Amino acid sequence: MTERVLGPGVPPPPDVLLEVRDLRTYFHVMDGTVPAVDGVSFSIKRGETMGLVGESGCGKSVTSLTIMRLLDIPPAEIVTGEIWFDGRDLLRLPEAEMREVRGNDITMIFQEPMTSLNPVFTIGDQISEAVVQHRHVSQKAGWDRAVEMLRLVGIPGPERRARQYPHEMSGGMRQRVMIAMALACDPKLVVADEPTTALDVTIQAQILELIKALQQESGAALLLITHDLAVVAETVQQAAVMYAGKIIETGTVEDVILRPKHPYTEGLLRSIPSHVPRGQRLNVIKGTVPNPFRMPSGCRFEPRCPYAFEPCHEFEPPLAAPPADQSQQVACWLHVPEALRPGRAAVAPAPPVPTEAFVQVESVTRQ
Amino acid sequence: MATTPKLTSAGPAVGPTGGTAAADVEVALESLSQWQLAWRRFKRHKMALMGLGIFGVMVGIAILGPIVMPYNPLDIPGSPVPGGTGPSLQHLFGTDSTGRDVFTMVLNGARISVAIGFFSMTIAGLTGVVVGAVSGFAGGLVDNVLMRLVDVLFAIPFLFVILVAARFFGQGSVVALILIFGLLSWPLIARLVRASFLSLREADFVEAARAVGVSNVRITFRHILPNALGPVIVAMTLLMASNIVLEAFVSYLGFGISEDQTSWGNALSNAQTALIFGNWWWAFFPGMAIALTVLSINFIGDGLRDALDPRARL
Repeated sequence: MTERVLGPGVPPPPDVLLEVRDLRTYFHVMDGTVPAVDGVSFSIKRGETMGLVGESGCGKSVTSLTIMRLLDIPPAEIVTGEIWFDGRDLLRLPEAEMREVRGNDITMIFQEPMTSLNPVFTIGDQISEAVVQHRHVSQKAGWDRAVEMLRLVGIPGPERRARQYPHEMSGGMRQRVMIAMALACDPKLVVADEPTTALDVTIQAQILELIKALQQESGAALLLITHDLAVVAETVQQAAVMYAGKIIETGTVEDVILRPKHPYTEGLLRSIPSHVPRGQRLNVIKGTVPNPFRMPSGCRFEPRCPYAFEPCHEFEPPLAAPPADQSQQVACWLHVPEALRPGRAAVAPAPPVPTEAFVQVESVTRQ
Repeated sequence: MATTPKLTSAGPAVGPTGGTAAADVEVALESLSQWQLAWRRFKRHKMALMGLGIFGVMVGIAILGPIVMPYNPLDIPGSPVPGGTGPSLQHLFGTDSTGRDVFTMVLNGARISVAIGFFSMTIAGLTGVVVGAVSGFAGGLVDNVLMRLVDVLFAIPFLFVILVAARFFGQGSVVALILIFGLLSWPLIARLVRASFLSLREADFVEAARAVGVSNVRITFRHILPNALGPVIVAMTLLMASNIVLEAFVSYLGFGISEDQTSWGNALSNAQTALIFGNWWWAFFPGMAIALTVLSINFIGDGLRDALDPRARL
């Protein structure tokens, strides 16, 4: 996640598999415009795993669907942005070429295994469809690959299972099938959108293990989208936290989870129930996510932020590495040196808040 | 061309936790396709099975035609008697006043009715499915144009067009009637297919198919259509029944099949005068044939409705 400032239209270096630059996806609906994704930038190196975390409606799924170009346009509109994948800007590919990318170079694992498989086809047919289409092999070869993939994802009796229909399988099994489908063509990037949310806890762990194991074996990069910090902590190397359509903090998982810098990340971690002794009220982040039609003009977290001070209300903080720790990036005025903050003329003496904030951050550090 | 896949079963096995799903018990259950399941449900519907039997006989008669008919439908085997002769061993359903065999007329009528019902249904079904599918999947302007066309077709008084068209495009031709019925009755199917498509194109498995890179045409006809087919098949069955009645009705009015061909409608039309003499067999047998056929098709439709309901479990 090192920062390169490259001009628009310039491809990133070859070790970077996916680079999203200043992506803005807006939805035009009856009541106005919803900036679902509003200036998101991040990159994933080849074979790297990254987690995109945030609560419902923060724009993480829209980000993934924009990368796959699966959004209906209109109502969606990709206002600005570049999505560099393997040396090409996906946003400029014609639809026919994009179809070659989908399911071949980039594949997806969806949230709802119960409804993501077509009820009228056998499991084997559905897995081999992608293989036959992208690898231009015979039906027979596609079927063999499907059976092999079913074996790889740990489904017993794959020859027989391949001939079965989705309704004959449990949720966990179907998610394994979805994973088999996603990996059948040896993709360069797998996007997993809440892959374990619909599953019960014991199956969740199995599925995460499986995704991790197959990711390492195949060398594909992984973009894991989830609202579950525990899932991120267990599965990926890099993490990015989204809030109200923006990435507000990125870094290695260790940094983001153990040494959060943004007050929102900190609040998220503090609200994990296990941090609170029995009998006490759970910690919550006060307030609610901003109304998408009336985003705050400054920092979007400002109305809920316990540390908000003068520049926060008016000016949007940029996502930048704080001077103290270059490995992480955070979008918060607390971590911008005083001299670089806007509106200094208006705010006569600089506020002394930051030091206090840092103390609080450390108090929530885990083990 | 195919490159060697990176992930192969020859590689290191997945760890124990990621391995076999513990909950999966190996049961040697036979795998049933949706159609097999549907047939299983259909079989429990006794009336539908009976309907299928009766309709099967009608179709058999229609296909075998001359083989099962005792006389050539154009022949006059009996002698002209005013009011015809009643049922006898020689003429099971009696004869009409010119001496034609009513049994042969009914069998020949089955041929005409089944042909008209089946082929008009096929034309209406194909047109309706294609128009509805394109409309529902494409949406936007395409959808708008096609659905306004459907509205226009619905707004035209159906019977009037059929009467005029039947007169205009060749009175009495079976092919003309098939075309007219088929090309006028597809809007119903189109609306039905469109409605299913509108909801199905938002389905998760359609998005999953798009994420795999499947083309729109393939998604429309391979992924969505089979899921939308249940109600369409039911509607097509009922459409077939109603087109058979329509043929009888139009022929009865003298706008359908020409007089020399003995369709059920024509037979009833003749019978109208005959009833004065109390010769019930002229009207009874063709009338029963229509009623039986339509009833059996409707029962089949009923059975299919239950059998193809995706929510119904075994």
